[in-house]
Amino acid sequence: MIPLSWYVLFSAALFCIGLYGALARRNALAILMAIELMLNAVNINLVAFWRYITPDLIAGQAFALIVFAVAASEAAVGMALIISIYRHRNTVAVEEIDMLKW
Amino acid sequence: MLSLLQIAFLVAAFLTIVSAIMVVTTPSMVHAALWLILTLAGVAVLFLLLNAGFLAVVQIAVYIDAIAIMIIIVVMLTKGATRQRIRQVNKTWWGGAIAALILFAGLIALFTQTPALAVNAPALAMSQEALLEDLGMALVDVNRYIIPFEVASVLLLAALIGSIMVARPLVRGKDEEVEA
Amino acid sequence: MIDVLKDPIAWIGDLLRTWLIGLGLLPEFVTFLLQLLSAVIIATAVLLLTFLLIWAERKIVARFQDRVGPNRVGPFGVFQTVADLLKLVTKELITPTGADLVPYNLAPLITVMSVVGLWAVMPLAPTVLPADINVGVLYIISIGAIGMLGILLAGMSSNNKYALLGAFRTVALMVSYAVPMVLALLVPVLLSGSMGMQAIVEGQRPIPFFVLAPIAALIFFISSLAEVGRAPFDLLEADSEIVAGYNIEYSGLKFGMFFVAEFLHAFTISALTATLFLGGWSGPWVDLYPVLGMLYFIIKSSIVYFVVIWIRGSFPRIRIDQMNALNWKFITPVALFGLVFTAVAEKLAVELGLSRLLTHVGANALLIILTLLALGIYARSARTKFESGTKAG
Repeated sequence: MIPLSWYVLFSAALFCIGLYGALARRNALAILMAIELMLNAVNINLVAFWRYITPDLIAGQAFALIVFAVAASEAAVGMALIISIYRHRNTVAVEEIDMLKW
Repeated sequence: MLSLLQIAFLVAAFLTIVSAIMVVTTPSMVHAALWLILTLAGVAVLFLLLNAGFLAVVQIAVYIDAIAIMIIIVVMLTKGATRQRIRQVNKTWWGGAIAALILFAGLIALFTQTPALAVNAPALAMSQEALLEDLGMALVDVNRYIIPFEVASVLLLAALIGSIMVARPLVRGKDEEVEA
Repeated sequence: MIDVLKDPIAWIGDLLRTWLIGLGLLPEFVTFLLQLLSAVIIATAVLLLTFLLIWAERKIVARFQDRVGPNRVGPFGVFQTVADLLKLVTKELITPTGADLVPYNLAPLITVMSVVGLWAVMPLAPTVLPADINVGVLYIISIGAIGMLGILLAGMSSNNKYALLGAFRTVALMVSYAVPMVLALLVPVLLSGSMGMQAIVEGQRPIPFFVLAPIAALIFFISSLAEVGRAPFDLLEADSEIVAGYNIEYSGLKFGMFFVAEFLHAFTISALTATLFLGGWSGPWVDLYPVLGMLYFIIKSSIVYFVVIWIRGSFPRIRIDQMNALNWKFITPVALFGLVFTAVAEKLAVELGLSRLLTHVGANALLIILTLLALGIYARSARTKFESGTKAG
């Protein structure tokens, strides 16, 4: 009833929206949120392909679980870095963090 | 005539895409975080439509209950910089928009030319309980996916230690501020 | 023809389904309508139950404090909560200036939603379960933690220092106590071999898990009390400390929603403890008359709710640093060890063919002995440090 192409198109759209957010926003947190959108698009793609092409091989869901773990850890470290940069430079706009020393 | 499943998919997908667009265009960070929560919930609904119930609940538990709350807390902690209505897109935002549009057009062109993508869902080989048990066994089976599982746990440990070390508060020494 | 006594909900559902299909609607749309109807019924019943819960709490706490409690409005003051609700509804909704309106108005909704959503997987009887999903325990963890989001949004959007402080402390507390709660929740999953709630209750038919894993039951109970924010962990909204914490700037019905969510959450965790550790709907003659299951469920949940109120009336509040120290230095290690001991005991009982009850009781006794030894060593070292401190000072 729902062809695979719908899911793949949806995840392509979500990925491109995330790509625009990561390339065009100034705030580091907004870039992080756009990266989370991209990771979600990848997850949908993985699970859709698992469901439609190989529903008896559980590799698709296992892969998606590992992507969850990776996304959580990189979000945590990214936000710790943002907090640290905010403490030193008092800004979170990525354009203003352009000098290595001070 | 659209079946109920197709209506459910279209509603969920439309809601998710609209929320995602609002995430990348809202100037206020708090509102962007709220739209992100709606997007993540929409993705969880799509997981349910794909018969991956376990992943849907894990999506809510990991993304909404952990990452989204972390984002809101960091928005609060960096309040001075995020509350102002400063310009939220950089000077070359049109480059990003063009890149995203070209990528989307390319992907659509690719997918419409692939006949293998027009299939409907085959029947599930096992019941939901058997799927869950198979997933659990696959993650600890020596011949299957135990290595990515263990590497993911080491990665989480490294992220835990790393984020604590990076975000430690400053200690004001006699002459200068040093990391604690 | 389904027997009415055996499966009353399915019998009503069949009646409605035949009537609605007779009206000419599509079958799958009828299924959707019936599920929507069951969700509405569960949510309304649970929210109406809150009237009784608030009244019961006020009367029982009053008796603990040697006074009578509300006794004017209706017999024994039963309609006091209705009067309070009418008062709250007619109060003016004051929005603070500078408050971010979207999170400010969304927060009470999210908090109530997370608590009512927990009732979707609560097995009330052998045949009455609103949503029979096979990842029920994980669902409880994830939906229960959405309440954290509501509280954070409330404190953050109120444009008030104390609200922000209260919200941060609340979220830190809830995130910290979620760790031992999840670890203790894994023990019934381990003992029954499934994450589905109905399977966990059916795994307790011979022996409830409270006997097989008392440490896990205690840890789950204590961590859930901290998650809800009830005494002795009610620092989050203590009037003497931070003037009602995250819900300072809420008045009228919005505050009423936070109020309802808190009391309902307390009863929900009592119901969860009763389901996961005390046996839920299991009891004598439940196979013959499944409706009796609902009665057993209500009795067990009420007993645990009484213990929750008892604890509220008996213990003083503990400080935020004491709460954190208790969690990370005591409860989480004990929960971790309890999980490992339970897993080892379960495997030993299966492999060596020993009696399951004795192995688990032995494992728990070993855990209690080790914990008491560790506490004794810590107490001795703390006492030596204190005595040497006072001698030197």
